[in-house]
Amino acid sequence: MSLKKISKNQPDNFEFDSKNLEEAKKIILNYPKGKQKSAVMALLYIAQKQNNNWIPLSAMKYIAKMLDMPYIKVYEVATFYSMYNLTPVGEYFFQVCTTTPCMIRGAYKLVDVCKKKISENESEISKNGKSSWMEVECLGACVNSPMVQINDDYFEDLDEEKFSKIIDQINKNQKPKPGSYRGRLSSEPENIRKTLLINKNA
Amino acid sequence: MLKDEDRIFQNLYNDFGAELESAKKRGDWLETKEIFNKGRGWIIEEIKTSQLRGRGGAGFPTGLKWSFAPKEVGSKPHYLVINADESEPGTCKDRDILRFEPHKLIEGCLIASYAVNAHTCYIYIRGEYFNEGQKLQKAVDEAYSKGLIGKNASSTGWDFDIFIHYGAGAYICGEETALLESLEGNKGQPRLKPPFPALIGLYGCPTIINNVETIAVVPTILRRGGKWFSSLGREKNTGTKIFCISGNVNNPCNVEEEMGVPLKDLIEKHAGGVVGGWDNLKAVIPGGSSMPLLPREVCDTIKMDFDACVENKTGLGTAGIVVINKDQDIIKCMARIARFYKHESCGQCTPCREGSGWMWRMLERMAKGEATRDEVDMLMDVTKQIEGHTICAFGEGSSWPVQGLIRNFKDEILERNKYDPLIQRKKEVPYLVDQHLLEKENA
Repeated sequence: MSLKKISKNQPDNFEFDSKNLEEAKKIILNYPKGKQKSAVMALLYIAQKQNNNWIPLSAMKYIAKMLDMPYIKVYEVATFYSMYNLTPVGEYFFQVCTTTPCMIRGAYKLVDVCKKKISENESEISKNGKSSWMEVECLGACVNSPMVQINDDYFEDLDEEKFSKIIDQINKNQKPKPGSYRGRLSSEPENIRKTLLINKNA
Repeated sequence: MLKDEDRIFQNLYNDFGAELESAKKRGDWLETKEIFNKGRGWIIEEIKTSQLRGRGGAGFPTGLKWSFAPKEVGSKPHYLVINADESEPGTCKDRDILRFEPHKLIEGCLIASYAVNAHTCYIYIRGEYFNEGQKLQKAVDEAYSKGLIGKNASSTGWDFDIFIHYGAGAYICGEETALLESLEGNKGQPRLKPPFPALIGLYGCPTIINNVETIAVVPTILRRGGKWFSSLGREKNTGTKIFCISGNVNNPCNVEEEMGVPLKDLIEKHAGGVVGGWDNLKAVIPGGSSMPLLPREVCDTIKMDFDACVENKTGLGTAGIVVINKDQDIIKCMARIARFYKHESCGQCTPCREGSGWMWRMLERMAKGEATRDEVDMLMDVTKQIEGHTICAFGEGSSWPVQGLIRNFKDEILERNKYDPLIQRKKEVPYLVDQHLLEKENA
């Protein structure tokens, strides 16, 4: 259970733009009639995407109305799940996995890089206004650890140097390539693969 | 070592690409209709013959689970729900299935839904796997456009729809009833059982919930026969399993191996050995962070299957193997895991909500050597107060790793925390934890 800070600066109004409204309506149809409440998680994501990666309270009210559910129930969902940002985050949102499998392969060195190159404290927007970072729990890419998620993409098999370069690239408005930074294509054992070799050579 | 032709996930390393065309070349979607023609009873029997056990952690027999679904559809529809909320630290097997073998999963969903009388399937993917979800969605769209699913799926006469639902970063939603709550648009807090989801699940309807890997192996089992699957491994621990080997090994990897493969083989042969050599091994977490760790002596000989792990006071769990070598501080490693559980407790049951924080704080102090000798027993007692006293298995999941640490490395903790408390407390002070210790019965 994590405590969530709600932003003090809240926009007065929120509405889905026409494209997102259409998408939201489509998602609601995924669930049986009368169970439209199920779509609340997906709609919160859409709101988050539309509003620079964070969800204002007015969006929760808007979604509550749309799904015909009490506002507080939407609030409950938005505060329960850790992936909904209720305060502004950087345009580039760095999530550093520091759970044990990543930790023992040096995840805290990546945290130090974040402190040095982005902002001293977690969830604080960098001086250039571009990025923010936070420590998160297991992101499920343990065999490619240590790793960092930047917005939707996983950056895997990192070390301090490579990670620093990624941040530099972002600061220069370049798009770093997601995936493994040791040239691995997947989760195969590097250099010593012993299985499915026929497929590899096929 | 398992023969390559017996590996189910031929595209585990994405040598071929995940598209429908290449999946078909690997044998997916081959005459799915014929499997349907053999009937529901045959499918369930064959899965029972294969002795397939759930791959999500608990290891419940899949065929048996399917047979719990009501035989006839009553006034309420049935649902199939796939648990792709893979969040157990050390585990990343479902991710590779979602991105590289999505068609195995989709075909498995179709067959399983027929077996349990469901026309609708929800796949609950953890929110962080956004890209993997998109890849799965692409595969689902492909399958729809080729008529493999949808109305009259694969010309079987069975109507079948798949929807993807993203989670949003809550570990607890991997617990099946919390997952259902989340799917219904609530916060993910587990439900009391019974009633079990097979009778009253999603929207109050009969629901079968399976892990991604469990469902993805089903089509292959039905094509090659339950007997083939059960010929691998040993009685009740059959088939193949994807092992994720992470931590202090030279080449961390996912690998599909036969059930019952020696742990040492996995680490030495597939993962390139422990960093610093086998003698530098400190401990191994064999099945995701919820399972008690194994000391080195056991790692020399243990075979990785459900029952062998239980015999060694741990569990196979999700088969997420985390290797910890002597360069690491084992107490710190476990304190970090305790922090994970403290962060992820849903807050519904008091022992877990409060206890997970206690365990974390005590372990942090123990890692720094700030605790007193008697606190080690107290910590053990806290774990016992949590275990078995919560609605879901999160209580066990959070307390077992701590118990494993104390069981195997008590000397090390005591060495670092060697002082007695400055003020000796009177033992007769009625205080829940101490009193429990005095009774010593459950301690």
